[in-house]
Amino acid sequence: MEKTRYELNKELAQMLKGGVIMDVTTPEQARIAEAAGACAVMALERIPADIRAAGGVSRMSDPKMIRGIQEAVSIPVMAKCRIGHFVEAQILEAIEIDYIDESEVLSPADDVYHIDKTQFQVPFVCGARDLSEALRRISEGASMIRTKGEPGTGDVVQAVRHMRAMNAEIHRVQNLREDELYEAAKQLQVPVELVKYVHEHGKLPVVNFAAGGVATPADAALMMQLGAEGVFVGSGIFKSGDPAKRAAAIVQAVTNFTDAKKLAALSTDLGEAMVGINENEIAILMAERGK
Amino acid sequence: MAIGILALQGAFAEHAAMLDRLGAEHFEIRQRRDLDRGLDGLILPGGESTVMGKLLRDLDLFQPLRERIRSGLPVFGTCAGLILLAKEVEGGVPCFAAMDIRVKRNAYGRQLGSFSTTAEVAGLGPRPMTFIRAPYIVSAGPGTAVLAQVDGHIVAAQQEKLLVTAFHPELNDDPAIHRHFLDMIGA
Repeated sequence: MEKTRYELNKELAQMLKGGVIMDVTTPEQARIAEAAGACAVMALERIPADIRAAGGVSRMSDPKMIRGIQEAVSIPVMAKCRIGHFVEAQILEAIEIDYIDESEVLSPADDVYHIDKTQFQVPFVCGARDLSEALRRISEGASMIRTKGEPGTGDVVQAVRHMRAMNAEIHRVQNLREDELYEAAKQLQVPVELVKYVHEHGKLPVVNFAAGGVATPADAALMMQLGAEGVFVGSGIFKSGDPAKRAAAIVQAVTNFTDAKKLAALSTDLGEAMVGINENEIAILMAERGK
Repeated sequence: MAIGILALQGAFAEHAAMLDRLGAEHFEIRQRRDLDRGLDGLILPGGESTVMGKLLRDLDLFQPLRERIRSGLPVFGTCAGLILLAKEVEGGVPCFAAMDIRVKRNAYGRQLGSFSTTAEVAGLGPRPMTFIRAPYIVSAGPGTAVLAQVDGHIVAAQQEKLLVTAFHPELNDDPAIHRHFLDMIGA
């Protein structure tokens, strides 16, 4: 029996597990990321830290720039569209992007509806702060989930909060009686079938990565130890003093995330980390976008 | 009797689940010291071959594994694992260069080209096959047995104790190809 497009799309995310997906803005950065061991790159015009600094409306990148990156590397290329902007998603599908990130990093195009991702052939990854958001995105057709974290800050606190919240709720659902799952679905505002999956398997039905504020090998290993299956690194790499070295160190930290001696070596002599801003110093909380 | 699964990046957990199902002992290889215990077979999983190729070197795993592969360690490579074993990689650099095959990476294009099908595997009958941004084998040397073809392209092959598939048997509910690998080892 042939698999559905959705199954194949979830399986591409399985191939990315244990890997690091890096934000890049030019073909040159994409090549640096690939050489450093990125398992995929996210093509975008400005990294989140610069989007924050620039302000204004932030949109899907120019397809020409994305194509340039597709031609520069052999690993999967992802790109972001605005929450609810299904035409940006159609455009990204038309240029055969490998994964679309319907992302709170860009300015939302719709403050009520997310994209009906079941209408697309290409896969989607979406951000979530808790189990409720994650399962809603999955019911809309997302085939991969990431924590929202707080992008462009270099501050990992929100990614930690979101991963812990998600895991705590997964454990709670796992321990419910079966006749309690309907009420749980009502509380979570998600279909009961997805709640039943979580109850039975103790995990999301799709791969779950960490994202938002990861800046060091230790941050990446922290997220892995908290249960992430891989890590997105955005501004943390190309806003640092030595992007190639830091990127390679984060890749190794994700593979050997429980080996403290190795992590100590990987954290040594990395040069300047991105300066970062604390969550209480920032004007826009991107994680509040799209619930 | 234990099988090492290269666990640097990719879908290694899926192979572990398949070996559990077949009752075969296995362990993860993430760094050099993981090779201290003996291994009777090695699985190179799907994932990104560029990532695994780099990490093999960064983590000092490349030399010791290459030596063991050269001295006859049985290896099963799926997708990226197939690329790591190939002697020739179109537009790329070979890694272990152990198997006399020429491969084309991302041969079916981007994710929109990913597909599943069922096709005959020599000696094993029709088997479900899942291709995710998959490579295929462009040509195989005289010492290499072609085990399966899809649309005229070689998607499974064996050369002595080296077994490769361009598809992902670990993503289907069918342990036949893993069983075949265990039979090759004599497990």
